Amino acid sequence: MFKKLFGKKNNSENNNQQTQQIEKENNTTESEENKKEGFFSRLKKGLSKTRKGITEKVDVILKSYKKIDEELFEELEEVLITADVGVNTTMRIIEDVKDKVKERKITEVEEIRELLKEELKEILTEVDENISLNIEPSPAIVLVVGVNGVGKTTTIGKLAYRLKNEGKKVLIAAGDTFRAAAIEQLTEWSNRAGVDIIAHQEGADPAAVIYDGIQAAKARKSDVLICDTAGRLHNKKNLMNELNKIFRIVEREYPEATKEVLLVVDATTGQNAVLQAKTFKEACDISGIVLTKLDGTAKGGVVLAVQSELKVPVKLVGVGEKIYDLQDFDPDNFVEAIFSE
Amino acid sequence: MIFESLAEKLQKSLNKLKGKGKLSEKDVKQVMREVKLALLEADVNFKVVKKFVNSVKERAVGHEVMESLTPGQQVIKIVNDELTKLMGEEQKKIEFAPQPPTIIMMCGLQGAGKTTTSGKLGILLKKKGKSPLLVACDIYRPAAIKQLEVVGEKADIPVFSMGDKQNPVNIAKASIEHAKKNGYDVVILDTAGRLHIDEELMDELENIKSEVNPKEILLVVDAMTGQDAVTVAESFNDKLGIDGVVLTKLDGDARGGAALSIRAVTDKPIKFVGMGEKLDQLEPFYPDRMASRILGMGDVLTLIEKAQANIDAKKAMEFEKKLKTQQFTFDDFLEQLQQMKNMGPLDQILEMIPGIGSKQLKKLKVDEKELVKIEAIIQSMTKEERQNPSIINGSRRKRIARGSGTNIQDVNRLLKQFKETKKMMKKMTNMEKAMKKGKFKFPFFR
Ligand SMILES: Nc1nc2c(ncn2[C@@H]2O[C@H](COP(=O)(O)OP(=O)(O)OP(=O)(O)O)[C@@H](O)[C@H]2O)c(=O)[nH]1
Ligand SMILES: [Mg+2]
Repeated sequence: MFKKLFGKKNNSENNNQQTQQIEKENNTTESEENKKEGFFSRLKKGLSKTRKGITEKVDVILKSYKKIDEELFEELEEVLITADVGVNTTMRIIEDVKDKVKERKITEVEEIRELLKEELKEILTEVDENISLNIEPSPAIVLVVGVNGVGKTTTIGKLAYRLKNEGKKVLIAAGDTFRAAAIEQLTEWSNRAGVDIIAHQEGADPAAVIYDGIQAAKARKSDVLICDTAGRLHNKKNLMNELNKIFRIVEREYPEATKEVLLVVDATTGQNAVLQAKTFKEACDISGIVLTKLDGTAKGGVVLAVQSELKVPVKLVGVGEKIYDLQDFDPDNFVEAIFSE
Repeated sequence: MIFESLAEKLQKSLNKLKGKGKLSEKDVKQVMREVKLALLEADVNFKVVKKFVNSVKERAVGHEVMESLTPGQQVIKIVNDELTKLMGEEQKKIEFAPQPPTIIMMCGLQGAGKTTTSGKLGILLKKKGKSPLLVACDIYRPAAIKQLEVVGEKADIPVFSMGDKQNPVNIAKASIEHAKKNGYDVVILDTAGRLHIDEELMDELENIKSEVNPKEILLVVDAMTGQDAVTVAESFNDKLGIDGVVLTKLDGDARGGAALSIRAVTDKPIKFVGMGEKLDQLEPFYPDRMASRILGMGDVLTLIEKAQANIDAKKAMEFEKKLKTQQFTFDDFLEQLQQMKNMGPLDQILEMIPGIGSKQLKKLKVDEKELVKIEAIIQSMTKEERQNPSIINGSRRKRIARGSGTNIQDVNRLLKQFKETKKMMKKMTNMEKAMKKGKFKFPFFR
């Protein structure tokens, strides 16, 4: 019954023929490749994935329209909503594009693409042109926060590795004393990155760990202290208060340090990320976002909503589970990805 | 704007339909547009929303709603009925293998909550008299095995692990042997989180499946997941043929639209929901609750159902009219009171109304005894007095108090309340305002 009501591929009333064709092509290559196994077939599959990526959803849509009309805008709206941009932000973006179409007397469908891109990039960079990590001058402290399972600990491992390679003296503090084996997990990352770690026992007061981390960073003259924290849902008052306490300790004990508070957001997250950002901002004044798991199929469009509502820029992105899978946020790439299939 | 709760939004759009009597197609369309936006905000997948809204629209426009006297409520009911239907109507349980051990394989994206859920599930099954074994198949994530071991220790459930040098397929196979030998009748395989497009790791799951033939393959999904939930669930289901879904982190404030999306594309039941980080916080899934959570209407739906069954809508309409035109009498009030009594305990009903917290509830100070008193007082009035309370003078009050076994203060209070209510009604331009303030049709209890 579900399939009938909500059937997936056969119900592509709003997909035009071109997209259907692309889908078909991909299916055949996949099933052919499934027969053979081994390294080369996998390599080929990898390539076909990229090929698919190049096929731009927005281009396909634009090609199927001769003139700029309401229907076209509706399809573009769909692209944004499907990327988790959210209803409000999507409507705002489309309205702005419409205004610009009028203002500039645009009649070519082709030009919509540039307008849309422009609009998205404007949102992503409106806070600050410079969206790189704020860790200069030394000493610096980076507090990493977020809800459960988004990739905080992994990001810290990657970031420590990267900063160390840039010649910085890095120290990390195991502020998640709650989750089972969180300390062991971070310890393993500190080994991989080749940096020192300050840790207490499971169940210890996280604020005390951070305090010790700060004292150690001062004594060892570390350039950057990166602090892990336990994952917490933002609607848990007591846990947010605990985080606020940690934040205040940082302010009090390390006033001379350059501060960066990073909220880690999983790219698969929907509109809840906006509430997350809002509440975490209140508790610990987040100054940047790390968007993780962009190696999946989710687009992470909700950061556009976060940006336009809260003006907190995305600074880094996670693109895998390996230590080098951390990149600077690139608005161009991000926007392209939202447009692609 | 974005922070305006879904409930408020929906309430707003549905309120537009209230008290209008008849519904035009345009009305329904307008409301359903807003329902659509609300569902999208709840992270229900775009395509799913589109289909859903269309099918509900079809049902709503036409007799059922057009002829109903409380059209707004009727639409909520239709929306909710359809949602519940989609969520799976009844609650589904874990299936046990006829020949133990029952093998349960947990799978899902990274960070969804598989390890914690494995432990929780173990506890749940242990309570049911089973003897579960947890198996550490995540050889990739740093300290994943250790995490399961700690969880197992806390849950007092043994953990089978072979370190991170063995292939997960072999670990799974060996664990079954171990379970058979040692009399464990449930084996829970905690696999590594993986992306649905990671073919190598998806193959690994497929291999585990074909080697140990799990009775249950559960997909663990984060309740905060957005539009991509459809792709993820579809991929895992296509590859493995999942048997059910566990929705985690539902103790957060995400609306959980993903639940609907997943149901719609896989047709597989959601079996459990994770309600906290503690190991006993795993609950069975209730489709109707989830539907109303996604809708954001709280228990107002329960109220609608009760009210629908017990209150003659036409009469309610007449009351409203009378209230507005100030013709409301004690007779009407008595009737209303009796109908309310049919609906069940009053405080329970009031609790169900969104916006009325326990604080406001205290302010309302309605207890059942009070109601009985009021009823007795009204019954001691003459017909004339009920129609025209202004004639109730001192001696009449005394008589009424005596007749009803109450005292004169009780009678005075009721008369005063009645007067105030009528005054209040006069101030209101329409019933919608009354609903907003009192959240309910019966303006007396405030
Ligand atoms: N594919 C992919 N997986 C990631 C990425 N970042 C983290 N992960 C995985 O996501 C899972 C959770 O990551 P953690 O670093 O433990 O997340 P966390 O936020 O520290 O989790 P808690 O401390 O339990 O709240 C792990 O399996 C990571 O390997 C990423 O960019 N891409
Ligand atoms: Mg962590």
